[in-house]
Amino acid sequence: MKTLKQTKTFWIWIAAAVVFAVVTQFLINGGTLNSFYVNTLFFIGINIILAASLHLIIGITGQFSIGHAGFLAVGAYASAIVTTKLSLPFPVALLAGGVVAAIAGLVIGIPTLRLRGDYLAIATLGFGEIMRIVFLNMDYVGGASGMTVAHLITWPWLFACVLITIVVIVNFTNSTHGRACISVRENEIAADAMGINTTYYKVMAFAIGAFFAGIAGALHAHNFYIIQPTNFGFLKSFDILIFVVLGGLGSMSGAVIAAILLTIISTFLADFPEVRMVVYSLVLIAMMLFRPQGLLGTREITSFFKVGKSAKGGSQDASKQTVA
Amino acid sequence: MQANKPLLKVDKVGIRFGGLKAVSDVNLELNQGELVGLIGPNGAGKTTFFNLLTGVYVPTEGSISLDGEKLNGQAPYKITKKGISRTFQNIRLFSELSVLDNVKVAYHSLAKHSILSSIFRLPSHFSGEKEMEEKAIEFLKIFKLDEVMHEKAKNLPYGQQRRLEISRALAANPKLLLLDEPAAGMNPQETEELMNLIALIRERFSLTILLIEHDMPLVMGVCERIYVLDHGQLIASGTPDEIRNNPKVIEAYLGEEVS
Repeated sequence: MKTLKQTKTFWIWIAAAVVFAVVTQFLINGGTLNSFYVNTLFFIGINIILAASLHLIIGITGQFSIGHAGFLAVGAYASAIVTTKLSLPFPVALLAGGVVAAIAGLVIGIPTLRLRGDYLAIATLGFGEIMRIVFLNMDYVGGASGMTVAHLITWPWLFACVLITIVVIVNFTNSTHGRACISVRENEIAADAMGINTTYYKVMAFAIGAFFAGIAGALHAHNFYIIQPTNFGFLKSFDILIFVVLGGLGSMSGAVIAAILLTIISTFLADFPEVRMVVYSLVLIAMMLFRPQGLLGTREITSFFKVGKSAKGGSQDASKQTVA
Repeated sequence: MQANKPLLKVDKVGIRFGGLKAVSDVNLELNQGELVGLIGPNGAGKTTFFNLLTGVYVPTEGSISLDGEKLNGQAPYKITKKGISRTFQNIRLFSELSVLDNVKVAYHSLAKHSILSSIFRLPSHFSGEKEMEEKAIEFLKIFKLDEVMHEKAKNLPYGQQRRLEISRALAANPKLLLLDEPAAGMNPQETEELMNLIALIRERFSLTILLIEHDMPLVMGVCERIYVLDHGQLIASGTPDEIRNNPKVIEAYLGEEVS
């Protein structure tokens, strides 16, 4: 009964998302949205994927990783190589970007996830920088001048990727595997004592997060015409981290909303490059002062719609909040 | 199982941290269905001993075996799956998770559905999750926690948090349950409820329990046998009456008589 209800709500959300996508496609075709808006929209989509993927690592599993731009870079370069050097079609590049980044996630995750807190942060930061410097010194991918890549992404591709990312991560989170990850975040020693293979779940969350960061990288590469190592510095990692922290650690919808808002803010501030970082920082400082738990805290946006239902509905809802 | 074979056999176990011998040369045997106490002054190494049993620390000497299977050197989560489950001296719940989810985490190792079936929401995901939820609710009913099952664990009063921790440990389906100072911070009434709860658990789950406790009336009241640890070494073992009159134990707790 409950399952049926959940499945129903799930399909309603999917249907609403598809309607939104179709309407937007018509607006793009009809020219209502000019290329500036379309570009912003694409940029928002890519940032949503990045925010959602880092949310799984930091918000759900509690592993403070700040080298996410490294996976973005791996995905971007891997997919660019597939389309420009190997002349394979875009879907292959998209998949290659994700898979190669996931492999990088496994290779980096297995040794570094033994570290905790600050040490893990430093190790992942190091990974991000290493990736940037590797690409900077590889002549095959153009070194400092970067690679020129064809603009291959279209709105349906982008939207499908965003939707799949969100659905996969939400489904993962709302299952016994997601609960295992949350238990690692809440208390690793207790999780271990409850029979959870904590290393496995940390690495798994890391690999899934890296996979989607790689997908975002592939989209990024085929959106901006050119990729350069400077696109993937540690400031990029911090941008992504800010989406997750600002949205509320542990809240998927918070991360997504923060990604949307901050992308819009920084796009409009692009006209004032000298004050851009100042305003950006002020927003963050204000946020941390007045709402240190982030936009949504650990709640999900769906929980706000259900307020005022019967007591039973309300409490079911509470159980949902804590998981997602 | 043969009656003469102990469930848990600890043979000359010890651990050193650098030059410090935290626990050394401890021999201990638990038979199926026993309730045994482990007491000792502060810093005697009781919790360290629990950490050795559950794999948090790897013993530097000796061996630990459960049901004849050697445990030392195995990862904690594997030891839990083999049948040793514990509670903690300072409560370690998953505080942001609901009471129900706390128990569900303990059922995780029984889950049959894979990560992929959860991601793609295959039928096995739904049946697996449903089974877990039903089991967990049934379990919480035994512990009278079903009324608060949708509360976050951190919002429960202290006594209920303790109860939740014990029920979570039991949900992992152990053969041997280790309780680390379950009565710490409880008032006399809560302690009595706890004693009843422990009696109920033993009756229902036919468990073997090893209990660390400072509350002497509780230990003397429920335990069949008691081991006494001091400075990392076993100084006495026996029935509550024997322990009460053992001069070594009195010395460890009260100090040596002035002569």
